[in-house]
Amino acid sequence: MALNVLMFYLLSAVIVICSVLTITTTRILRAAFYLLCVLVATAGFYFMVDYQFMAGVQLVLYAGGIVVLIIFSILLTSHISHKFAKPEASRLIMGVLVGVSGFALSTAAILKFTFTPTTNPAMKVDMQAIGLQLLGTGKNGYVLPFEVISILLLAAMIGAIIIAKKGK
Amino acid sequence: MLQGIPITSVLIVSAFMFFAGVCGFIIRRNMITILMSIELILNAVNINMVVFNKFLFPDQLQGQFFALFIVGIAAAEASVAIALVINIYRRLNSISVDKVNEMKY
Repeated sequence: MALNVLMFYLLSAVIVICSVLTITTTRILRAAFYLLCVLVATAGFYFMVDYQFMAGVQLVLYAGGIVVLIIFSILLTSHISHKFAKPEASRLIMGVLVGVSGFALSTAAILKFTFTPTTNPAMKVDMQAIGLQLLGTGKNGYVLPFEVISILLLAAMIGAIIIAKKGK
Repeated sequence: MLQGIPITSVLIVSAFMFFAGVCGFIIRRNMITILMSIELILNAVNINMVVFNKFLFPDQLQGQFFALFIVGIAAAEASVAIALVINIYRRLNSISVDKVNEMKY
């Protein structure tokens, strides 16, 4: 077996096991840690398909930013030793049923569909190509969503400050 | 097919992650763990975008840019959601969704 296939199975195992543990563990801080494992393994996927920029963004923004934010809010709102009660049986059954049936349905659809890759020659993905397309205004230019998302981030930042600040 | 890895196996892994997130969204009652489930769902979508881009259309960058914008939106969503959680905790001393029904009636 080639080494990269082995690496793929390793990353897949980490993702599958840790995403199940994220939603089943009874300690909230451990859930955050398992989520971190899932996100880092996803960054490994991006490295495997040679999208280094995407992997860097994944590591910095998701694993570095969002998980730290989540851990901070956990420490602010609950005791570390706090354990969840087990969920009610009806809700557990409903959740597992939805998850399993949805997974079975989408797996069947994926296995049935034949994916036909394009025959055009592959593009070399380097920082220059990404930057030129991200701020380009012509064909394959993404400057409008870039600006929209910058305004969205500004609005979210101001909104978060206003919501979380202590009222008088 | 990328060096012996078929696209279907990557898609199955991301589908598993997506439905683990959906399942956690239904099962969990704590707001922060629900937020974690949403992050799982968004992350699975991101894997799909990047993998379609790489395996099916390697002459373009669309999937990667969509994944980038999804990461940005996830960051905005997480910051606003955590601000809400902190505010709710300050008012009600609990972040269980069962107890946050003040505006319901």
